[in-house]
Amino acid sequence: MALLLTGAIQLGMIYAIMAMGVFISFRILNVPDLTVEGSFTLGVAVSAVVATKGHPVLALFCALLAGAAAGLVTSFLHTKIRIQTILAGILTMTSLYTINLAIMGGRANISLFASETVLTLLEKSTGLSSGMVKTIVTIAVTAIVFALLSLFFKTRFGLKIRATGDNEEMVRASSINASVTKCAGLMLGNACVALSGAMLCQYQKSADISLGAGMVVVGLASVIIGEALVGKRNVILGILSVVVGSVAYQIIIAIALKVRLLPAYGLKLISACIVAISLTLPVVRDEIKKVRRGKKNV
Amino acid sequence: MSDTILKLCNVTKVFHPNTVNENRAIDNLSFELKKGDFVTILGSNGSGKSTMFNLIAGSLLADSGEIYLEGENITLVPDYIRARKIGRIFQDPMKGTAPSLTIEENLALAYSRKSKSKIFSINKEDRKVFVELLSMLGLGLENRLKTKIGLLSGGQRQAVTLLMSTIADPSLLLLDEHTAALDPNTAVKILEITKELVEYSKTSTMMITHDINAALSIGNRTIMMDSGRIILDISGEERKNMTVESLLKLYKKESKKELSNDRILFSAGDMGEE
Repeated sequence: MALLLTGAIQLGMIYAIMAMGVFISFRILNVPDLTVEGSFTLGVAVSAVVATKGHPVLALFCALLAGAAAGLVTSFLHTKIRIQTILAGILTMTSLYTINLAIMGGRANISLFASETVLTLLEKSTGLSSGMVKTIVTIAVTAIVFALLSLFFKTRFGLKIRATGDNEEMVRASSINASVTKCAGLMLGNACVALSGAMLCQYQKSADISLGAGMVVVGLASVIIGEALVGKRNVILGILSVVVGSVAYQIIIAIALKVRLLPAYGLKLISACIVAISLTLPVVRDEIKKVRRGKKNV
Repeated sequence: MSDTILKLCNVTKVFHPNTVNENRAIDNLSFELKKGDFVTILGSNGSGKSTMFNLIAGSLLADSGEIYLEGENITLVPDYIRARKIGRIFQDPMKGTAPSLTIEENLALAYSRKSKSKIFSINKEDRKVFVELLSMLGLGLENRLKTKIGLLSGGQRQAVTLLMSTIADPSLLLLDEHTAALDPNTAVKILEITKELVEYSKTSTMMITHDINAALSIGNRTIMMDSGRIILDISGEERKNMTVESLLKLYKKESKKELSNDRILFSAGDMGEE
């Protein structure tokens, strides 16, 4: 059980970076960005290729840049060519499938067992056990991303991005170029998503072209669970809640798999159900209120 | 020229040209606003008041004619560039503020050009300024800097919007019936705040209103529009001696029709009873 929990926490920390990216586009910018599915695999692919060349740390930074580029493409399609955000995301995501395969040299998966990763490098230099290093590194990277994002959204530019998602009309009327702030937000979000993919790839020592499928739903589930657990009083708590939500989600999934509640391939259905049900709750709550009031009036 | 803030030269805007619905919203209109002027604008619906504002702010482009702001030709400048110099407040109190940001964050957005803090959005000195400004409103908002704007009432939100527009130090402030969506008491309060803030910041201001009494008592100049033209332009002594009744008579004479707008008649009747 302890092993199960530490595994879930490690995975939860890795996916938390992706969920923070989803939080930026869906919650802060109020843009449903489906690029995520492609940019996650983009991070996986870039990380795998650069790591097998012997540069696991550089691989993480390359993945960050690649993710930002994917976000740039989507925001270009959306703000300049005025394609709806969902379609713009789908277009980028679809083209990324080809690009990701091209990066991986036409193979659908790459093994990293023969090459160094950030984790093996640290194991060698510190002499700690593999499990210990995994826990430390995943928590450390997520903590760094969390700290940087929290700082960023307190800056002047970060505030402009938050205002864009909140009231775009007002932002335009106060001489802020909403295209620029949206673009920056989408680039930042997808950079996080790709970094998460890069971490996952080195963590599990393999890359697969289908790793990004269903990522939007996993991210949203983490955001929603986190909001229920922590709340969203301000933006820093909001980002923190996503990390908590992601870990909680991975623990739920790990337990569900352990007690054989569902087969491994049932994961995506469960994730989708979690999101759908949590979106239903407010509606149900309102209906119950109505019914109660009706009874009182009678 | 130097003390002219805004100049409209023979501006025309026609909607749906060459169709049966052709509508000359602004008809060869020329207008000049002096620095520090506070002009109130009256006119029935469809007289072109809001279209004029849209042309000045850049939401619409003029078909012909030229618009100058502080001597610079802005006829073809896009709206978000003009917004650096032109502040605008709408009827809808929800439009001017970001609801899930706090009061201080909203003010910080407007204050960004003046703030000494270059990187972070709010520092201690900014906060001091915000508290001072908010207490001018007399709504107790100075103690609620961390409250989300979405939790405020329409009147409170409109007051914050006003504050935001004036601290951004615009060359020109456009108020488009900014009290029309508020209840009468709040509207009076917001008008008072408007008066105070405009006097304090000495911003050149144009205000559209349907309240004739307010139009005559606030500011230093009143214009009346009809069919896309300015039919009446009064200031100084003439304006001081003008009453609601005599203005209505003048309107009838100039536009050759009764002032048919219910809201104007209503508010005029209201004022008569007081």
